Amino acid sequence: MAWRTNLFGALAFLIVGGAALVLPEWLTSLATIALANALVVLGLVILWRAGLVPFGQALFYAIGAYTVALLGRYTSWHDALLVVAAGAVVAGVVAFLIGFLLARYRDIFFAMLSLAMSMILYGVLVKTETLGSTDGFHVEAVTFLSFVPHGRARELAVFWFVLALCAAAALFVSFYFRSIAGALAVPVRESEIRLEFLGISVNRLIHLKLVIAGTLAGVGGALAAIAIGHVDPSMAYWTTSGGFVFVTILAGAGSIAAAFVGSFLFELVRSIAIDIMPGTWQIILGSALLLTILFLPNGLGSVFARGSERARTGTS
Amino acid sequence: MPLGITNFGNGALVLTAFAILTDGLVYAAYLFVVAIGLSLIFGVMKILNVTHGSFYAFGAYGAAIAVGAYFDGGFPAAGGFLLMGLVAMAIGLVLGLTIERGLLRVVYGRDEVVVVLVTYSAFLMLEDAINLLWGTNSYALYQPLAIGGNVAVGGLVLSGYDIGLVVFAVLLALAANVALKHTRYGRLLTVVIYDREVAAAFGINVKVVYTVTFVLGAMLGALGGAVMAPKIAVTLGIGVEVIVLAFAVVIIGGLGSVEGAMIGALIVGLCRAAAVHLMPQLELFVIYAVMALVLVFRPYGLVTRQQPRKI
Repeated sequence: MAWRTNLFGALAFLIVGGAALVLPEWLTSLATIALANALVVLGLVILWRAGLVPFGQALFYAIGAYTVALLGRYTSWHDALLVVAAGAVVAGVVAFLIGFLLARYRDIFFAMLSLAMSMILYGVLVKTETLGSTDGFHVEAVTFLSFVPHGRARELAVFWFVLALCAAAALFVSFYFRSIAGALAVPVRESEIRLEFLGISVNRLIHLKLVIAGTLAGVGGALAAIAIGHVDPSMAYWTTSGGFVFVTILAGAGSIAAAFVGSFLFELVRSIAIDIMPGTWQIILGSALLLTILFLPNGLGSVFARGSERARTGTS
Repeated sequence: MPLGITNFGNGALVLTAFAILTDGLVYAAYLFVVAIGLSLIFGVMKILNVTHGSFYAFGAYGAAIAVGAYFDGGFPAAGGFLLMGLVAMAIGLVLGLTIERGLLRVVYGRDEVVVVLVTYSAFLMLEDAINLLWGTNSYALYQPLAIGGNVAVGGLVLSGYDIGLVVFAVLLALAANVALKHTRYGRLLTVVIYDREVAAAFGINVKVVYTVTFVLGAMLGALGGAVMAPKIAVTLGIGVEVIVLAFAVVIIGGLGSVEGAMIGALIVGLCRAAAVHLMPQLELFVIYAVMALVLVFRPYGLVTRQQPRKI
């Protein structure tokens, strides 16, 4: 069963990668951002499975992005893989350190503490003039194994690079979900006390989830910085976190694919809405979120999951 | 003359300290008006209401437009301040009822976090509604500040409107305290705050209490926007900014109590004023650092009662 899912996933990534050659330019650049953000969402899915909703995941997103931007500005590190890895490590370490604290909190207090953390970073970034204050600053172009593409080639290179990292992350998260630590997410949500009585440390489980989610968000932010070519403090603002939470609820905790599809749909609908009906984007967003919560409590992913369940068991 | 210089130094220090104190108090007064509604709604309904930012924004727009038009018509000044309150109450009534009846009623009993997201989606929709209703223009309500005049205290010039705001906040705190502890309805509310199910079992109509609480909270949120309208440029995005600040206030003070909202507002107000006067770079940092710090040592805020662990 698992190998079949992996095969389908690999095929899907290959098809998307091939499709980039024929797709219009706006769609590939939109997909690049969507995929980068999907990594943050993937991390949130891990936490959401355990019933946790951080309203400050933008903290790690911004850390990843600013790490890439700072490396480009002050060092001679320009290799894409190297700077993204650095972004992931920095975000992961911060997540690990904050995790000691954050892992003890639940519900609204978890959401609020993580919100406070991200707003602290926002407050610092906004007032730091050497980092461009509210304007942020430009990100130096990255190289791919000392190869420096331009124009359309650069766009494709960035897209494939992001896509490859997404595939790796998806594979990793699917392993994690099948591991014991991953499978214990739902019990954490249902009854922590029972888990504790079974001799399992819930705080350590959540700490691990926080580190994974933080690292993924760091990678997402690093990739977004490369794709956009610019970083600014709004990457750490609470509305950015809110957007990620939004896609997570929309996609649901059921499947990994849903995180990618949800993120892509989000960006697509946003760009179309801003184009056709400016000023109503948030109304569309709000109603979509409401309808999802009311009618699909487990997210869009649950539609596919339910469908395949039916096909397998032969019931309707 | 060394003595003279020292004296001058002390004078400046005292002046700065005094400025921090007054600025902090004024800011705290306004934060309190906004946060008390948020805290009330959380205390009774256990809902962290993101839509509160929209109530604030609608209140600010409503006051800026209606009260501005009133003063332009040349009517007596006192009526303008009355109108400010009335506009806020009307907005709170309409928005509060719509959202509680139309939206929240459906999701009662769901996860706390899910309900936060429901209010978040309502908040997003109302943000665009503001854009559609009033556009991207910025509105300024300058008359109340002009009418309030200035008062010189020591070496500082204080605005009369600011002093009025502080007095109003103190009166509001007293009124809320009396209403909660010494009126029949307030005591019923306290019962619901302590235990919803027991309250329902004793015959309190919790549904009605919820509706009334939410509308009251919405009115207070709109009132916060209305009293702040003369001091800011009323423009898109003010709700987004204020809601995180209000969160910081109620989290620091402790959700669901008048004293908590007051202490939280004072701490945030004074910290911000101190940062603005001493190290402007730390203005935002300080607020959220304090919020994080309080959460670390007192996860349920500074003013809370003991929570039994329920299994």
